[in-house]
Amino acid sequence: MIATESLSKRYPRVTALDRLTVDVTPGVTGLVGANGAGKSTLIKILLGLAPASEGRAAVLGLDVATAGPRIRSLVGYMPEHDCLPPDVSATEFVVHMARMSGLPPAAARERTADTLRHVGLYEERYRPMGGYSTGMKQRVKLAQALVHDPKLVLLDEPTNGLDPVGRDEMLGLIRRVWTDFGISVLVTSHLLGELERTSDHIVVIDGGKLLRASSTSDFTKVTGSLAVEVTDREDELLDLLDLLTAAGLKLRRSGHLLQVDIADEDTYDVVRDAVAGLGVGLVRMEQRRHRIAELFIDPESADDPAGDHGPDHDPGPRHDPDQEGGSSVAA
Amino acid sequence: MSQPDAATAAAPPPEPSAAPPTDVIHNIGYRAYEGPRLGRGYARLSLFSQSLRGAYGLGRSAKSKVLPMILLGVMCAPALIMVAVTIFTHMNRLPVQYTRYAVLLQAVITLFAASQAPQSVSRDLRFKTTPLYFSRPIERIDYVAAKYAALATALFLLTALPLVILYVGALLAKLGFAHQTAGFAKGLVSALLLSVLFAGISLVIAAVTPRRGFGVAAVIAVFVISYAAVSSVQGVAMSQERYDVIGWLGVFSPITVIDGFQTWFLGATSAFPHAAGPPSAVAGLVYLLVLFGVAAACFGLLMRRYRKVGLS
Repeated sequence: MIATESLSKRYPRVTALDRLTVDVTPGVTGLVGANGAGKSTLIKILLGLAPASEGRAAVLGLDVATAGPRIRSLVGYMPEHDCLPPDVSATEFVVHMARMSGLPPAAARERTADTLRHVGLYEERYRPMGGYSTGMKQRVKLAQALVHDPKLVLLDEPTNGLDPVGRDEMLGLIRRVWTDFGISVLVTSHLLGELERTSDHIVVIDGGKLLRASSTSDFTKVTGSLAVEVTDREDELLDLLDLLTAAGLKLRRSGHLLQVDIADEDTYDVVRDAVAGLGVGLVRMEQRRHRIAELFIDPESADDPAGDHGPDHDPGPRHDPDQEGGSSVAA
Repeated sequence: MSQPDAATAAAPPPEPSAAPPTDVIHNIGYRAYEGPRLGRGYARLSLFSQSLRGAYGLGRSAKSKVLPMILLGVMCAPALIMVAVTIFTHMNRLPVQYTRYAVLLQAVITLFAASQAPQSVSRDLRFKTTPLYFSRPIERIDYVAAKYAALATALFLLTALPLVILYVGALLAKLGFAHQTAGFAKGLVSALLLSVLFAGISLVIAAVTPRRGFGVAAVIAVFVISYAAVSSVQGVAMSQERYDVIGWLGVFSPITVIDGFQTWFLGATSAFPHAAGPPSAVAGLVYLLVLFGVAAACFGLLMRRYRKVGLS
């Protein structure tokens, strides 16, 4: 669907994308990054609206540098910001956008009615959009991106400004765009938690660099953790903590549990041997799935412009020492 | 991709006889679009027609139809009255030249341009619809060309319709056919150039700001102030009997550019003081250059204006 190769975008003062190489396959792909991580810049380049400083990108097999108009007739785009004129009805607006995408008048009207129904807009569609709720506006924005039956839609922060219920509905709708309509989706968010449920694949970028790209199931597997509880809760627990840290494992203590990150299959053996070596009883050792959100960098460091040219990130999962901070990103 | 089976199964149109009526309200699922995608030229045309309709409030709220329709009415009313007078008093010519009509009613044309240019471009900026357009198969030049052509066409309808009324009235009054037709044709040429010039200037001003009110005020200010300045300096020149200066001064305001141009090239009677049009062939040429130069510059400025308008 999308393939980029060493794609970079440099502005005079900021590097928005830094040698980004990703390959997006059919399905729902979540593009995750903090504000300013380069998500919108990437979308701009993919639509052929901004030239890349270096590298290449292809959408649906078409080169973004040369086939912009052709790409844009086959791709839908839902912007992050509000884009609806308030004195026009949803029907008028979506018909117009359908024609702007190249649909003949009759087809534009027919597909507008279909699409608005699919996103859950009924009688309201004849009223001026100025009176719509945020949820309804987001639905119209999604409808205008889908109305010309694209092969791929790029959705920029579609859940922005929605309440929890509206957010769930929108995520369900996005899932259906792929499962029911067969249209591939690239959806951006700064919230990892919501993409975890919706996406087949997750791409994490930060400071314009690729942090991670893999399928959602890999993501949660690799980032799984092991909860270890032993019979003695004080001294021995601390000894175990030291021992495991010395063995090169990443772990932290929460109450009487130790949360050990699973690096690979050997992790289980290391934990078993350490527990046996200390001579304490093993109460439990169970595998837990991380929420992807827990891996996410904390917002301060991501917003820091220094991150743009900045520290070489470990390509593997990063762990926030302060788990509260990490989870609140997803909340 | 589990559903397309269901979609294709439901997609064929129901057979009129066999389909039971209870199935009518059934959700037929998502249907893929297999029809033509008409691409960039068609998208540009769609934007043009939507903008042209929008200039008269069509496809928008009832409220936004009021002003353009009133202005169209005001523009045509004097023509209707003149025609009525001509027919009933058996005059042997129309009370006004075709080419003079727009100059007489320039205030109405200015109001129309001032109200509809911001309507056309400021709204797209203010409601951020512009990025959405550029996510479609059009390029920057298509957007600028469609908006420019749409407003010019809207202004041409406004200025040409009363001329049509005058012409039809003149023929009904059995005035000389050849003479009237020639005058009418010249009037149309002049109306067309006026529309292009006014559309360009007002769009450039309106595209600067997403605030519609500012746009309206700025366009009116530019047209009115430049005309007032030119007229008053021409008045001074008149009192000093410097008629060639009067003729040259006209290049400094839009409506007087049109006046000077049609006086030199279309044989119109100038509305300048002392009817002093361009004093020489050089002056006539300058009017021509100013007219086309300004229109081209406006197009260039609009292209420049939208250079940075990508997606955000």
